[in-house]
Amino acid sequence: MAHADTTPVLELSGIGKEFGAIRALHDVDLQVLPGEVVGLMGDNGAGKSTLVKIIAGNFRPSHGEIRFAGNAVHFSRPVDARAVGIEVVYQDLALADNLTAAANVFLGRELKRKFGPVALLDHKAMAARALELFGELRSETRPDDLVKQMSGGQRQAVAIARTRLSNARLVMMDEPTAAISVRQVEQVLGLIHRLKEQGVAVMLISHRMPDVFAVCDRVIVMRRGEKRADKPIHETSPEEVTALITGAKEAA
Amino acid sequence: MAMPMESPISFTNVGRIKWWQRGIFASQTGYVLLALAVLLVIMHFASPYFFTEGNMQNVAKNFSFIAIATLGVTFVIITGGIDLSVGSMMCFSAMITSMVMTELSAPGSPLVHMAADGKTVLANVPGLILLVSVLAGLGVALIAGLVNGFCIAVLGLSPFVTTLGMLSIVRGLGYVVSNGRGSFPGGPDADYFYAATSGDVLGVPVPFIYLMILALTMAVVLHHTSFGRHVFALGGNEKAAELTGIPVVRVKIEVYVICALAAGLQGIIISGWLGSAPANMATSYELNVIAAAVIGGANLAGGIGGPLGAIVGCVLLEVIRNGLVLAQVSSYWQQTLVGVIIILAVLVDRIRSRMT
Repeated sequence: MAHADTTPVLELSGIGKEFGAIRALHDVDLQVLPGEVVGLMGDNGAGKSTLVKIIAGNFRPSHGEIRFAGNAVHFSRPVDARAVGIEVVYQDLALADNLTAAANVFLGRELKRKFGPVALLDHKAMAARALELFGELRSETRPDDLVKQMSGGQRQAVAIARTRLSNARLVMMDEPTAAISVRQVEQVLGLIHRLKEQGVAVMLISHRMPDVFAVCDRVIVMRRGEKRADKPIHETSPEEVTALITGAKEAA
Repeated sequence: MAMPMESPISFTNVGRIKWWQRGIFASQTGYVLLALAVLLVIMHFASPYFFTEGNMQNVAKNFSFIAIATLGVTFVIITGGIDLSVGSMMCFSAMITSMVMTELSAPGSPLVHMAADGKTVLANVPGLILLVSVLAGLGVALIAGLVNGFCIAVLGLSPFVTTLGMLSIVRGLGYVVSNGRGSFPGGPDADYFYAATSGDVLGVPVPFIYLMILALTMAVVLHHTSFGRHVFALGGNEKAAELTGIPVVRVKIEVYVICALAAGLQGIIISGWLGSAPANMATSYELNVIAAAVIGGANLAGGIGGPLGAIVGCVLLEVIRNGLVLAQVSSYWQQTLVGVIIILAVLVDRIRSRMT
């Protein structure tokens, strides 16, 4: 771990979650450091999405504590998580196809200019800032093109640009490479590198082993609601991770 | 935190979309506008009366009679909803307006204090009765719109079912309050009322002026305010709108209120032209209004639509009606033709989007 001396941006201790009689998560501890890319892997039903939803503020944990940048936090809605600097890039990207790239980036936090009593949208400023963000992500995306007409990689860039707008410190990406072409996967992994360069911590939730091994510094494996492994990427192998996911190997 | 950019991004792989493939040129509204222009030219050659001042005034007035409500329903359609209660709402608002006007003007009515000169107090301020009664008419529309919005946005009922119910509720209430007889504007302010709803200013019908003002306002609201942007986002991807923190419930309630108010205002204007608000007024107008919006390019799946489309749709419907009359074709053909045009307009748009 490169940044072992800094405070973790996210620290979970003893996180558990029950839905009625079903125990979805049990005693999960984990840390994410600034600028670190952590892969979160596990089979369907392993508790990945429950964990992500707890961090994103969709669910409250039944047990345990969440600390963000050293402070204990309690999220009751996703907006609370966003307020401290946690952004989620959803699997379906949560983009409105009928709007432009710039409009999507600024959705819900539009820039406005006051004209007397009325506040009108500042199209120019939003387009300029969006172009700047696409530039940082090195994505060839025009702010005033409709999202409908964009490639998968460009759509990812729009969704990620949205997280840059608020200067998020932790970005969680849910299966960003699940349904796109090989070239676009390269672009998305590039985008994750851009985030890392800027000191943003990234949590990558993915089923795709090659992608995790290509960009992550560390991999966390979940199985049956528990954390079974948490290893630097160079100390493990796809074979070991597969064994951990399927349960052929209990823990590492 | 921001990384220095080595160079501004160059668009080597991503071309710019050609101007004729974006904006209005690539929209159903654009095609229908073109069709309308062609139709106007044909009408000009088909009938020497078409482009006379009198006929143009007629056309302008007639399409204004459904266009304001079409603007309102377009808001709802953009969010991906539907409002079937507009026809009933027109009738009920008009009825309440004329009943309140008559009631406030009537000497001896229990609600009204008499002034020394034998008139009611309100009648001594010119226009005050008119103002109060129009506000009353819009007030009931506001309430019905709030109920629609509440049921749809908060309780999560389907817009189709909710507004279908409201169609019946409001129509029924109209029969209840008027005992099935309808109502007539009356009292000292009735002349103002007629002037404000069916008069002319320099030869331009008043409803047309209202329409233009409202359409321009709507264009600004839709494209230059965050409310408008949220309306489009809601229609484009409701889940995304919610995840990005847009107040989805509030926006939804607001569009149904806007729609109800537009319908109410429309009804009040129609009653001024008719000279009364019969209990069966504007029956099934919701279908004309929705048809006009759809022909003009509003997409019932949500996310697309605007004031220009709403007006173009209304004008097209009215020009066809007017044209059939001038061509001495039985006006019964109108409905058939309208149906064909609805399907054609949507079909052309579908073919276009398949091609690109």
